[in-house]
Amino acid sequence: MRLELRGITKRFGPLVANDHIDLVVQPGEIHCLLGENGAGKSTLMNVLYGLYTADEGEVLLDGEVRHFRGPGDAMAAGIGMVHQHFMLIPVFTVAENVMLGNEKTHGAGRLDLEAARTKVRDIAARFGFAVDPDALVEDLPVGVQQRVEIIKALSRDAKVLIFDEPTAVLTPQETDELMSIMRQLKETGAAIVFITHKLREVREVADRITVIRRGTVVGEASPDSTDAELASLMVGRAVELTVHKDPPRHSENELVVTGLEVTDPRGTVLVDDISFTVRGGEILVVAGVQGNGQTELSEALLGLTRPTSGSITLNGEELVGRSVRSVLDEGVGFVPEDRNTDGLVGKFTIAENLMLDRTSNSPFVKGGVLQLSTLDQFAREAVEEFDIRTEGIEQHVARLSGGNQQKVVLARELSKDLNLLVASQPTRGVDVGSIEFIHKRIVETRDRGVPVVVISTELDEASALGDRIMVMYRGRIVGIVPADTPRDVLGLMMAGIPQEGTEAA
Amino acid sequence: MSTPEEEREQQDVERAESVQTTATGRDTKEVDDGARWREAFTRAVSGGWVVSLGALILAVLAGSIMIAGTDEAVQEAFGYFFSRPGDTFSAAGAAVGNAYAALFRGAVWDFRADSFAMAIRPALNSLNFATPLLAAGLGVALAFRAGLFNIGGQGQMLMAAVGAGWVGFALDMPWPIHMLVAMVVGISFGALWAGIAGLLKAYTGAHEVIVTIMLNWIAFYLLSFLLATPGLLQAPGSANPKTAAMRDSAIMPDLLGPRYNIHLGFVFALLAVVLVWWILQRSRLGFHFRAVGLNPHAARVAGIDVERSTVYVMLVAGALVGLAGTTQVLGTVTTGFSYDIDAGIGFDAITVALLGRSAPFGVLGAAILFGAFKAGGSVMQAAEGVPIEIVLVVQSLIVLFIAAPPLVRAVFRLPQPGARRKPRREKKEAAA
Repeated sequence: MRLELRGITKRFGPLVANDHIDLVVQPGEIHCLLGENGAGKSTLMNVLYGLYTADEGEVLLDGEVRHFRGPGDAMAAGIGMVHQHFMLIPVFTVAENVMLGNEKTHGAGRLDLEAARTKVRDIAARFGFAVDPDALVEDLPVGVQQRVEIIKALSRDAKVLIFDEPTAVLTPQETDELMSIMRQLKETGAAIVFITHKLREVREVADRITVIRRGTVVGEASPDSTDAELASLMVGRAVELTVHKDPPRHSENELVVTGLEVTDPRGTVLVDDISFTVRGGEILVVAGVQGNGQTELSEALLGLTRPTSGSITLNGEELVGRSVRSVLDEGVGFVPEDRNTDGLVGKFTIAENLMLDRTSNSPFVKGGVLQLSTLDQFAREAVEEFDIRTEGIEQHVARLSGGNQQKVVLARELSKDLNLLVASQPTRGVDVGSIEFIHKRIVETRDRGVPVVVISTELDEASALGDRIMVMYRGRIVGIVPADTPRDVLGLMMAGIPQEGTEAA
Repeated sequence: MSTPEEEREQQDVERAESVQTTATGRDTKEVDDGARWREAFTRAVSGGWVVSLGALILAVLAGSIMIAGTDEAVQEAFGYFFSRPGDTFSAAGAAVGNAYAALFRGAVWDFRADSFAMAIRPALNSLNFATPLLAAGLGVALAFRAGLFNIGGQGQMLMAAVGAGWVGFALDMPWPIHMLVAMVVGISFGALWAGIAGLLKAYTGAHEVIVTIMLNWIAFYLLSFLLATPGLLQAPGSANPKTAAMRDSAIMPDLLGPRYNIHLGFVFALLAVVLVWWILQRSRLGFHFRAVGLNPHAARVAGIDVERSTVYVMLVAGALVGLAGTTQVLGTVTTGFSYDIDAGIGFDAITVALLGRSAPFGVLGAAILFGAFKAGGSVMQAAEGVPIEIVLVVQSLIVLFIAAPPLVRAVFRLPQPGARRKPRREKKEAAA
């Protein structure tokens, strides 16, 4: 089925999220939508999927104008969407999830589960997936859950498949498998829209590439463009993709973690006997697929969760057992993984967010009283120094773009007297232009002799930023390797396979 | 693989404000289902002024219809509506006009009075009614700002009355020491009573709505017991469940002499407005309250002790409601009180806080409005025979409309913020 979008315009108040976007996707083609976060890719797809109504423009399927009032209409018309975050019910089985919203029943409303099972088996067999229709979704690995999403879309006879940032949660190996599934789908004549901001993936599978910037199509690119070409199209200027840094100059500061173990309330071990040392002036990147204990490790470092055993010392001071407040007062800067949940108060102003974790003492609080003029001045300087694009320091951070929000967090954490910086996914959901800036600031912090721990699921970031890379799998350290370790080795390590010659955990 | 999922889910329920759908359409995230009521809560307690105003207008319009519908002349004219519809409308207009004129006369300015001194009486009367509403409304609003729903105003007022009242009639001290001691004791009782809910919420996770409601009943029956037991609160030589009168040295004096119904309590309530504003906007304590209210996760990561904040905010909220109870027994009903001394103010305070968008000066305006309703409602009933219940219905409608901002926006064709939302990005993305 041929999909065509004509002059799609979608406005949110004064902001034009999509400005007369034209797009044609042919059957049997993988069409990449490339753009920074906030460029309008997802908005466009939500218009196509019936979640938003376009202010102008039309959607055509095989040359015929269609109006979707909701995802139901879109699905019925043959459009399927694989969301970045799976729309599955964890406690349902695969078959139940697949039939959800499209339930076949015997008389009297009894569900026809057998039909759904058969459908799952058929589709799985067609593409060579191994998926048990009766497995509970929550028991499945992430890569398989994604396949369930794909099966779900195919079970409705989708001819146009939209993949919205599908690789964010996958290991490199799972990503490769997904790529081959996409190719197979293409062979069957499906039209595929692949939304991403990862350049490598684009070049690997795309037949055509459309680049979107600030809500408009800025051009088409050929799949054999270089990363630098694609990135500059996305951002609108030349972008430095590598991080320049000198060899580390170690300082006296030192973070030593020994035998750290964290369990959840049920006793499941999440961080399993982890020991490592980060010296001042170096960046240790903790790499791994999301959900392998990195989050818990970072929370233990800050004192948010209490380890069941082990010790964390910063310059000889034991941090385990202390409150978050007292850990922060030791000069720990913390960039949380999810800035919106853990790093910022959306309805606070930029200025208020800049003092969020600095209320225990001056300069912003004296005798329990806020020092607003000091804060204002500091906020103005921070906005300037960190290039936070805003209407003013009184703006609510919820109204900033992801990159600017992250700069607020960074400005707050880096302007303290640091003895340690822990940054979780510092560039997630951040536009390419800001990534460059954030990386630079992290390297500057390292060069001031601060030990830096960066937690990242992006291999590119790990290699570019790290002096050493520590790979975690199921709560354990698979190995700590130099930053120039080849990609495929790191990829295998992320799948839990230790490599010869790497430093043992 | 498990991030501490269960804990997360629990936290999600408590999430006061996840991320707003920004008008920019970027980062379109939203709270998950578990936190949906929380979002509605946040919206109801801190929505726009326009919604408050719209809700007020709609409620008053609905009130007009009820006034017209219950008016006998209108009903009579409606009997021959199809032959002379004009009669019905003019009767309705007269009924509504007279009713609201009476309301105005009873609440703001008595235009039938001979002298300025008499004409101004209703306005001062309204302020007097507004006094406990204001203090209690501030208590509820402050808790709202910290993400807590304090339904325990009744219990906190009753306990404050117990404390202040006992000091007021049983002890003997010179004025103003006596009054101040009684106030301090009353306010402390209110604070501690709410503090129980804060402690239970912070350290056991018990929901404050349930705890505060139960504490209302406990306070009510405790007071009933105290009032029925000679030697405790019951006035000596009496079999009625009522305390002795307050001693003169404990009474809040009239501000403008005995001709006017307004006492020193109003000044204390006004001071409380400024104090609450200062706490919220200028103090670390208030900064912590607001941070916890809007995003407890970020507050915790920023080193704010969320549990301690919860206890503190309930203490302060209870103290404010306690002030309301104190002004009742030391200023308004000084002849001894019974278990109905709260007069429903603990619940009206919720309405006041909602209408005032949980902002101190907003609460001031809302409390005065509701004080005016109370003062004017009885005059309306006496003069025009309009049932006072209509005023109560109007008050309830205001809350109803405020709780459903999209309805108000639709009626007034205001833009809906964030029009359509897409589901929030799941946090536990890799839970496999």
